[in-house]
Amino acid sequence: MTVTLFIPCFMDALFPRAGISMVEILERLGHKVVCPNEIACCGQPPFNSGYWDEARTIAAPVLEKLKSAEAVVIGSGSCGAMIKKFYPELFKNTPQAELAKQVAARTWEFSDFLVSKLGVTDLGAKFAHKVTFHDGCHGLRELGIKTAPRALLSKVVGLDFVELKEESCCGFGGTFSAKFPMISTAMGEVKCAAATETGADFIVSNDSSCLMHIQGLLSRQGSKLKTIHLAEVLNQQ
Amino acid sequence: MSFVSEFKTRASEKSRDLRHRSVIRTALRSYEVVRDKRKAAFQSWESARQAAAETKWEAINHLDEHLVALTSKLEARGTKVHWASNGVQAREIISQILRDKKARTIIKSKAMTSEEIHLNHALEKEGFTVVESDLGEFIVQLRHEPPYHIVFPSMHLTRGEIKDLFQKELGDAPSDSPEELTMVARRVMRQKYITADVGFTGGNFAIAETGMISITENEGNARLTAALPKTMITLMGIEKVLPRFSDLALFLPMLATAGAGQPMTCYNTMYSGPRQPGECDGPEEWHVILLDNRRTELLADAEQRDSLHCIRCGACLNVCPIFRNVGGHTYGTTYSGPVGAVITPHLRGLQDWKHLSNASSLCGACTEACPVKIDLHHHLLQNRRNASASEPAFFERLAYKIFAFVASRPVLWSFAKKFGRLTQPLQRLVTGGVIDPARQWTKTRDLPPIAPESFKEWWAKRKESQAE
Amino acid sequence: MKNVETILSEREKILGRIREALKVSAPPPGSHDETSAHSTTESPASHAREWLPSVGESSAEQFALFTKNAADLKADFQLLASRAELPAALKKIANDEKWSRFASHGGELSNFASASLGLPVLETDKGYDVQEMEKCDAGITECDALIAQTGGVVVTTRSAGGRALSVLPPHHIVIARREQLVADLPAAFALLQQKYAANYPSMISFITGPSRTGDIERILVLGAHGPKKLTIFCF
Repeated sequence: MTVTLFIPCFMDALFPRAGISMVEILERLGHKVVCPNEIACCGQPPFNSGYWDEARTIAAPVLEKLKSAEAVVIGSGSCGAMIKKFYPELFKNTPQAELAKQVAARTWEFSDFLVSKLGVTDLGAKFAHKVTFHDGCHGLRELGIKTAPRALLSKVVGLDFVELKEESCCGFGGTFSAKFPMISTAMGEVKCAAATETGADFIVSNDSSCLMHIQGLLSRQGSKLKTIHLAEVLNQQ
Repeated sequence: MSFVSEFKTRASEKSRDLRHRSVIRTALRSYEVVRDKRKAAFQSWESARQAAAETKWEAINHLDEHLVALTSKLEARGTKVHWASNGVQAREIISQILRDKKARTIIKSKAMTSEEIHLNHALEKEGFTVVESDLGEFIVQLRHEPPYHIVFPSMHLTRGEIKDLFQKELGDAPSDSPEELTMVARRVMRQKYITADVGFTGGNFAIAETGMISITENEGNARLTAALPKTMITLMGIEKVLPRFSDLALFLPMLATAGAGQPMTCYNTMYSGPRQPGECDGPEEWHVILLDNRRTELLADAEQRDSLHCIRCGACLNVCPIFRNVGGHTYGTTYSGPVGAVITPHLRGLQDWKHLSNASSLCGACTEACPVKIDLHHHLLQNRRNASASEPAFFERLAYKIFAFVASRPVLWSFAKKFGRLTQPLQRLVTGGVIDPARQWTKTRDLPPIAPESFKEWWAKRKESQAE
Repeated sequence: MKNVETILSEREKILGRIREALKVSAPPPGSHDETSAHSTTESPASHAREWLPSVGESSAEQFALFTKNAADLKADFQLLASRAELPAALKKIANDEKWSRFASHGGELSNFASASLGLPVLETDKGYDVQEMEKCDAGITECDALIAQTGGVVVTTRSAGGRALSVLPPHHIVIARREQLVADLPAAFALLQQKYAANYPSMISFITGPSRTGDIERILVLGAHGPKKLTIFCF
């Protein structure tokens, strides 16, 4: 199958390793990967801030680029939710309404794609560390992804998995983290404390944006706990 | 100060207050355990939620018919029904009843609608004595503050603080044991039920089919308030209707489960009139006041109409990471938490209260918790959209226009990345300081470095080498 | 007269605003949730029985469930072999708690209970002095139903001697017959509808355990304002 990879803007600039891992994993599984250079961003920042016209300015060419894709795969629950759930809402009553629905139906978050679409859980990965998993809220609640990442991690050789005691938002929330930094930070501190309590070496997530927030706090706190994208773990051979 | 800067100031203080964080976490942890247990006892909590959503949908989308049926049934049994478009009218109706009855003391059971119209303050100004009988409400009344939470009014206080409060205000606090403190309140309140001239209550559900108002409580204070004084007044929002009596078989256990993790609250009581012929007690007069107070404006917004389905269980507050960190008082509204952030802009003005919709990571825990499936976190997005459309913030819109311009042009985007990579070392020099352009982030968090080679650059190089 | 006019017009104004608002229809309930079934039937709650906590089939199972639920609620449930056991059981409580007087109402079961105690009794039926009731050590009432699903009882002004008797005295004693046990909440509502639809008592109360509060640090305390104890005798 030809997989069109959607690389979110922050992953492109800040966390290229996650994207590269996705490419390598998909190619090892025998799929052709394409990645349209023209796509920069899904339009979520203006959308979440209420500037839907500006969001459409960004999203409309994205839809055009993805029009004929067989499957669109995104390494972020948040951007995935933007396309799968919010594009149909954003383009409601516009000429692109139908296209938005079609693209949404062919779009997958990375872990969900591997498990639900390709039926793969064992990628032959080895990662001898104790890890815990952070469910990004968009992936968890907008897309309902909970079991796929765990199924994938359960097959990683040497990996010791421990669940967080409480499920909560990391406090990132896009522009929220800059508009209300004090609340965002408090939420992140709660998350970091819960992760530290597990005794894990790594917090794994299928969303780099959450990890950016969590890592930002951990680094500032001088914590030894590290964050890593799920794709990078799965790509450790 | 504007509402938004007051909110930000209070939010900054509270979210840093580790003691507050721990008190709220402890209180909610015990709630979570029992809630999960009670939810699991349902054969299908999800089907129950869907049925509850459909029932409230039916109620709200035929609100006029249900209200007409409700009032005619109530009036047929001697209840006086009043209609109030706003808080001023509601307060005037209540004052008039109190003056007619030559009342002096009013005993109240918990009613968020009375908070909404600032009733206590208005009545006290007129010289009436108002006594809150619900323990949590009594405690916050003694502290001269509004309830912290719509279901747990005093959850922000420790037993030690309550002991000190009782000692100071009542001169009676044998110890800081919750049991003994509760008994102090019980003693204080007992004679007040008997001597009060008027009993005042809210209402949780109004049954159109039978003309009843159902009140949910645990303490028995509402039962006593509705039993002993000669006059009873009930103030209730117009959205509280349920079509059928039997709908309560679903809603009472759901409210208890979502709100407090109980199978049923202790007392769920349906009132269909004042004392009837042949009955030995109960009020001689019952006044029911149906309050609009801009609920009809919310009703007119079809997209967010389902927020009138709210049964005020507080479940969305309990799971909300914003509420848990900033606390109930920070909102400065009668209804706090996610549902408050959704409805307050409708009830009190979008531009003044849109910041509550912005102060959310849109995590969606609220929507997941809501027993009547209100699409809470998406309504926050819609409020943001509506606020930006009706009164865009100049610089914010400009920023997004530029962002959209750049993000939809690959050449510019790639240039922006390179520019960022070059300038990031400069930003490091001023990190967290006042001239740091990223200071809202960097005050508390490190920024990740822009990668020496972006994904797109790697991809382009790889394609080139593959082509060779 | 002016007052009446304002009231009428406010009613019409509010109803007018509602009708205007409802001209635009709202999205179907729960439509944001893709997992939901969209089946708006005549009465969406009519299948509540299938979703509420299960109650078992037989009467024995339901009595067992009621016993367990009542215990969880910290109510005292005493299932007696026969009515003849009631006087001794009641007297034991009266002695243990040193009752000097109690309140009750007229009724076959409550009269029998009252007569067995030999203590001064305040009867509520024809009116009573509230201060006198406040001094009573217990209130003895009948009820309309026991609900296996919740471990609670249903009382009304008619079945339980008015509004205050079941909530003002510190110990509420309920006397019930075995056949008054219903399986679940839908059954309880159906029973009330069948029994009273023509003329409802002005108060119907579902009592689920003794009065309680958690307002201080979410720690359970019994007897906030209503009875600290609830005893249910059934035979």
